[in-house]
Amino acid sequence: MIPESFEYHVPKTVDEAARMAAEFADDGKVLAGGHSLIPMMKLRLASPKHLIDLGRVEGLKYIREADGKIEIGALTTHFQAEYATLLKEKCPLLPETARAIGDVQVRNKGTIGGSLAHADPAADWPAAALALDAELKTVSTSGERWIPVSEFFVDLLTTSMNPGEILTAIRFPALPVRSGDAYAKHAHPASGFAVVGVAARVTLDEKGIVEKARVGVTGVSSKAYRASSVEAAITGKAPSSKNLDTASLHAVDGIDLNGDLYASAEYRGHLAKVYTARALALAVERAGGK
Amino acid sequence: MKIGIKINGKWHENDVEPRLLLVHYLRDVASLTGTHIGCESSLCGACTVLLNGDAVKSCTVLAVQADGAEVTTIEGLARDGNLHPLQQGFWEEHGLQCGFCTPGMIMSACQLLARNPHPSRGEIREGIEGNLCRCTGYQHIVKAVEWAAEHSGK
Repeated sequence: MIPESFEYHVPKTVDEAARMAAEFADDGKVLAGGHSLIPMMKLRLASPKHLIDLGRVEGLKYIREADGKIEIGALTTHFQAEYATLLKEKCPLLPETARAIGDVQVRNKGTIGGSLAHADPAADWPAAALALDAELKTVSTSGERWIPVSEFFVDLLTTSMNPGEILTAIRFPALPVRSGDAYAKHAHPASGFAVVGVAARVTLDEKGIVEKARVGVTGVSSKAYRASSVEAAITGKAPSSKNLDTASLHAVDGIDLNGDLYASAEYRGHLAKVYTARALALAVERAGGK
Repeated sequence: MKIGIKINGKWHENDVEPRLLLVHYLRDVASLTGTHIGCESSLCGACTVLLNGDAVKSCTVLAVQADGAEVTTIEGLARDGNLHPLQQGFWEEHGLQCGFCTPGMIMSACQLLARNPHPSRGEIREGIEGNLCRCTGYQHIVKAVEWAAEHSGK
């Protein structure tokens, strides 16, 4: 399997990359780790005429804390996120999500920015980004902007980034007090992609009642989504397993479910509810609740 | 496009098409056929090599992405005619049957032992999660990696 021919461009700076992205906005693609794009190019599902490789751009590989938020450079690999001490302490959903991706080799090369920009409906990062109300920074020749994740995923493999825009960083709120994060995933046994993946962050109040819940779901539909009905159903309630299970029954409310040879739409919907309950229960436990 | 890659300590310079995959570069241009092509879709791990020390699936890396990098393949492990402890471990513990997955399996195990010199059996299984073997049922491979961990640095 060999990709179609393309012209290869190697920018050294973000500005240079943005100029190239503008010049080749119609028939170019941006390459990060390549673990989503190169397989698609080999299958000729993508055949860009120009490939802009960000691999040599300085300053896009970092994990840092600023103003109570965690900012991650788009070229940070899944492996780096998996083992970052700062993330384990301040934003544990991210290493837990990273660890669930593919395998060792894929995590060594694949990047968080590449995965989010690709918007695969079965990728893991979108669930975490949604559960954490992430913001995504893009750069183009007309400047930079932060896109709230709620406006980022548009449809299958489609984001709200404009042609010529490059994703350069993602920002996440750190774990607040009395809060817990969890990612529960049913991986496809062959590909490792999420048949269902549910990311949750739960904050309890001083009495142990659910003050805030955020649930991101991937693998289930044409794009990852926030299970707002689940969040509404559990907020203000005691986090008993009965309440968590009841709230989780809303995991696929209003969602057009995917079905395939491995998991029918009906089965996927069932899995989504089960894994939502598991993610919530684990997040509550980690938040210090029962 | 002109690229230079240091493979197993030796520089290779070639003019290649940007679409050439690293695995094809290694096998067809550098004539190092120890790295195998299996599924061609970054699932089976047969094509695993070390790229600047990180295990990667060379079917999912463009040769041009590796320009200036150091690559280690299965051919680069033995020293002065002596097998690498992992190679010896696969011999001692019968870690292969048909041998097709073995080069990739050993390169992944190399990465594992570099990061974690004394892994548990569970950690070994996690370390080779990206490599498929259709013969052994993995048990002998796990033992082979254990053997190598015990005999490394001796």
